Order: sequence, then structure tokens, then C-alpha cells
Amino acid sequence: MRLADSLWTEWKIALRFLLDNRMQTLLIMFGIAVGSAVIVFITALITGLQANVVERTLGTQAHIRILPPDEVNRILPADDHSWPLVLESPRAQRLRSIINWQDVRDVLDQDAQILAVSPVISGPAIARRGVARASVALLGIDPPRYQRIIPLADDLIAGQFTVGAGHAVIGKELARDLGLGIGDKLRLDAGEGREAVVDIAGIFELGVRELDARYVYLDLKQAQTLLDLPGGVTVIDTTVAEIFEADQVAERLARLTGLRAESWMETNGQLLNALASQSITTEMIRVFVGISVAFGIASVLAVSVVQRTREIGILRAMGSPRGQILRVFLLQGGLLGLLGSACGGGVGWGLVQVFNLFGPRLFTIPVDPTLVPLAMLVATITGVLAAAMPARRAARYDPAVAIRYV
Amino acid sequence: MSETLPASPANEVLRLEQVRKAFNIGTPLETEVLHGIDLRLNRGELAALIGPSGSGKSTLLNLIGLLDTPSSGELYVLGQATRDSDDEARTHLRNQAIGFVFQFHHLISAFSVLENVLMPLMIRHGKPSHADIDLARGLLDEVGLAQFADKKPTQISGGQQQRVAIARALVTRPPLLLADEPTGNLDTRSAQSVFELFHRINAQFGCAILVVTHDPRLAADCGRTIQLVDGHIVSDAANPPSH
Repeated sequence: MRLADSLWTEWKIALRFLLDNRMQTLLIMFGIAVGSAVIVFITALITGLQANVVERTLGTQAHIRILPPDEVNRILPADDHSWPLVLESPRAQRLRSIINWQDVRDVLDQDAQILAVSPVISGPAIARRGVARASVALLGIDPPRYQRIIPLADDLIAGQFTVGAGHAVIGKELARDLGLGIGDKLRLDAGEGREAVVDIAGIFELGVRELDARYVYLDLKQAQTLLDLPGGVTVIDTTVAEIFEADQVAERLARLTGLRAESWMETNGQLLNALASQSITTEMIRVFVGISVAFGIASVLAVSVVQRTREIGILRAMGSPRGQILRVFLLQGGLLGLLGSACGGGVGWGLVQVFNLFGPRLFTIPVDPTLVPLAMLVATITGVLAAAMPARRAARYDPAVAIRYV
Repeated sequence: MSETLPASPANEVLRLEQVRKAFNIGTPLETEVLHGIDLRLNRGELAALIGPSGSGKSTLLNLIGLLDTPSSGELYVLGQATRDSDDEARTHLRNQAIGFVFQFHHLISAFSVLENVLMPLMIRHGKPSHADIDLARGLLDEVGLAQFADKKPTQISGGQQQRVAIARALVTRPPLLLADEPTGNLDTRSAQSVFELFHRINAQFGCAILVVTHDPRLAADCGRTIQLVDGHIVSDAANPPSH
């Protein structure tokens, strides 16, 4: 007999066996549905949460920062007949420019893995207005390039994003601390008599208090003058296409340029660590829920096999091959997994929508359209696997004994 | 439907040659239940197998029904030796050549009466054809249960269930029908009607029927009575026609 014909019969028997034990089937389906709903919801939630956290973190910083190498003491080698004893104090790191930064920028512009390159000069200063003073970080930028790293124009809450010709853009907290509004004047003092007065052209809010209180964006040239590094930049910010490959790209760039390259993964080690532990926790929850669902299916089918011993015996006596009995129970496992996870997947998806509509609304969870079908596929395979033991037992029944089972 | 089977000598359906069956072989508990059974059953015969409890009737029927294998000797179904054939081959032969009727009717409760009758055909070739369904309905009509075709087995009486089981055993047109105390669980009137049915289908379909029974009156009605005592056939004789 062809397998397709045999499967027709097996499908019919499996379906009837499930329908015949309606209560048992409903209970286990409910169990599977709850399990898959939990898996779908928690997967969507954690994936969404992590994507959101990463997006927020990277929204205010470059993926890779290229910096000049630290200044170190060179220790003269001692001659062969003497033992050097060294007492070394680390060098103070003065503000220095990246040598040949234009060349580095041009090389990075050509790199396939890098999306955007923005040279920046940054250094400390004191901002003064009247008697109020605040310590700030000056950032001299090339606006079109910088915008591709951090879309600052999107975060403006007042004025416009103009930094040229004596204009500056500052953060919301700084504006509040110094009582500044659009068009007001701000005195910047970078030390050693280098001072400038700038007009406030725009106020931004990045949502990170530290940045909103300290960042003062200036034109590249003006910042170079203030920080006494004419023509220099202190850092080159870049973004990469694959954010989780940033550390590898950084390593490559460091070798390529001979400069220091810090990836966001390095500077946010704790965050990555937290994300990784969160992923492991989610994975564990999923595996254990999956295992308990599998055991549920296995135990229900094991009971069903015993309940149907006599019917299995009679099917065998009528000429049903062992493989057919085996497949009848494998199909039941698969069907339970499929139908249970279809309900559960739907509920899980619904929970995500409810969370998006009525939850804390800190962020929305996007549901990957493949999530529910994938969960159903995994549940179906789990069901078939869970059914393997009971099905093998059923297929191995001795028909002569099974028929007389009461 | 049995065109795939090898031709059997003359009209012989079943032949047992020196069939022995022992259990727990090789252990101190080894017991031989059947001691060298020789038996032949021809097409169209209706034979009763009688004997006290523990005489080996059920064991013999299991062997004949290919649910079990002899310890020694050979068993031919439609001329085909079966002792060395594997489970798959014997399962196939069961479906092709043998119909079973059991004491506890054993219908499958999840299926309707009609589907139960069709089950051996569904096992054989999947989805039943219109011809299959017509055949099954005809058989249900034959056993007087045409109007119960769509009922569940639990909705009809024990005697009716047994008649459904007989219709199911006949749906593959088997050359050999085995019945293991088919009336053991029925009242006298139902038992009588089941035996009448055996007589009728025996005459109509010409299949060989072997019935295990405890009831000497019913056995006397069959054309032949085989008596089994302590694993030996002690008598095997034709009965004088009673009707």
C-alpha cells in the first residue's frame, strides 16, 4: 500500500482517537496553549525590549570611536650588564589631535562595513552666563556628517540645528541650569584665556541627563580655536552596518590605522552582559516550558495507549502493520502540538498587542511575523518527538495479548 | 481481492502439520500447551472447536489467526507456509485472508458502525471507495443492521455489536473466518441468531468458518466438531445434519 493511502487511514484514526477522548484532548491542548503563549509572549517581549535598549543606547553614541593612541613613557633599555629599576608615573593625557585625520577619514569613507564617518573635536570648557557657571564638553562637528551618526535634528526641542558662525546648540538641562533661551548669549571659557561668546541657535533633548547637561555643539573651526588645536580633531566617530560585529570591526580598524578604536560593545560591557544574561534566562524559560509541554503530551498519550490497548490489538488483528499504529500515535502528538500552539500562539500575539495598547507604553514590542509560525513548527515537532515513546510501545503490543486486555 | 496470494492446493484453506506450542521455552517454567496438532480446513466448511477451559483452544486460534507462531511444526494458510514469515508478512496475510470475530465484539468506539465495518479495507488501501461503502452497507443489511450504520457502537446492544463485528470480519471476503467464543457474552436468543448468521454466510460466501464455543448445542449445529483436550485433538468428526 502506498504511504499516502496508509496516512489517510492513520490521519482518520488519530483524529477520531483525539475527538473521542474530548476532555483529555482539551485539557492537554489547554496546557500546550498556555505553554506556547508564554513562549511567544516572552520571546516577543525580550526581543523587543533588547532591540529597544540597544537602539536607545546607540541613538546617542557612535558605534566605533577612533582615538589617538595614549601617550606613554618610553623607557630607555638598560645596557646588558645592569638591572634597571623603574619608577614610572603615567603620563597626563593632554588633548591631542589625530595625526593625518583627513586621510584616516577618507580611508574609512571607503570601508564597506562602515556606514558613516564623522570627525569631531571635543574637549572641556566652562560655560558662563552672568554669575552661573557650568562645566561643559565642547564638541566641534561637521553637521552633515555628524547627523548621520546621531540624528540630532530629530531631538531638537527649540530653535534650529545651526552651529556655524558663532552659533551653538546646547542640551535642555544646560539651558535650564543657565536660564538660556534661543538667541541668548553664552560665554565659553576653555582655559588659558581662550574664550568665545556664542548665540544659542537650538536646544536638544537626547533623553540622557548627562549629555543634555554637558554637550555644547559648535562649528569645527570654532571648537578647534577654543581648544587650541587648529586644524585638528580628537576623535572620529563611525557607525557600522552590523552593530553586533562592531568589536571585530574596531579591532580591524585599530590594526588598519594604528590608532585606538573603541567599539560601543567595549564601552557598554555591562549592558551587553545584562543583555546576554537576559537572553540566557529567556532561553532557559523557553526550554523548560517546552520540556514540560513535551512531558504533558507524552503522559497523555501514554495513558491513551494503555486505554486503547484492546483497540490497538484489534487493529493489528485486522492486519494493521506496526508502522501504521506507530504513525497513528505520532500523528496525535503532532496534532496536539500544532493545534495547541496555534491557539497559544494566537493568545501570545494577542497579549503582545494588549501590552502595546494598554501597557506602560515605554516602548512598543514589534512581533516578528515568523515568530508564531515558528513556534507552531517547533511545537509540532516537539509533539511528534514526545509521542515517540508511547507510539513505540503501542506498535510493539503483541496483538494476541492486547485483544484480551481488559 | 486475494489474487496476490499463491494458489492453494485444491480447496484447502488451512492446514496444520504437527503444530506444537510451548511457552517459557528454555526456563524451568516451560510448558507445552499444544502437542502436535494436525488439522485441515476446506473452503465452505463450518467447524466448531470445543474443549474445556485450559485445553489450548485460544492458543490454537491465535496460531491459526497468525497472531502467534508455533514452536514447531508448520501452519499453512491458503497453501502458504507461515512459521518463518516475519511480522509484516503475517500482518499482511491476516488482512488478506482472515476475518476475526472475538468474544467481546471489540468494535472501535471512536468510529461509527459503518466505519467499523470498513476498517479492514481502510487498513488495506486507505480511503474507502464507493464500492467499498456499498459492500459494507450490503453486509450490514445482511446482518440486519442497515439502519444502525451511522450509530456509534455504544448505542447498540451486545448482540447487534457482535453482528457488526461479523460484518466487519466479512468485508474483506476472507477465505477463513475465525470466531473466538462469539456468543460467550450473549443471551441464548442472540447467540442463536449469531449462529444462524454463520450458517447463512457460510452457505452464501463459501468461506471456511472455525468457531470456538462452549455451547454443545450450537456446536452440534455445525457441520463438523473438533474436540481439543489437554492440547490434543481427541475427536474430529462430521455432525449429522440437524436441519
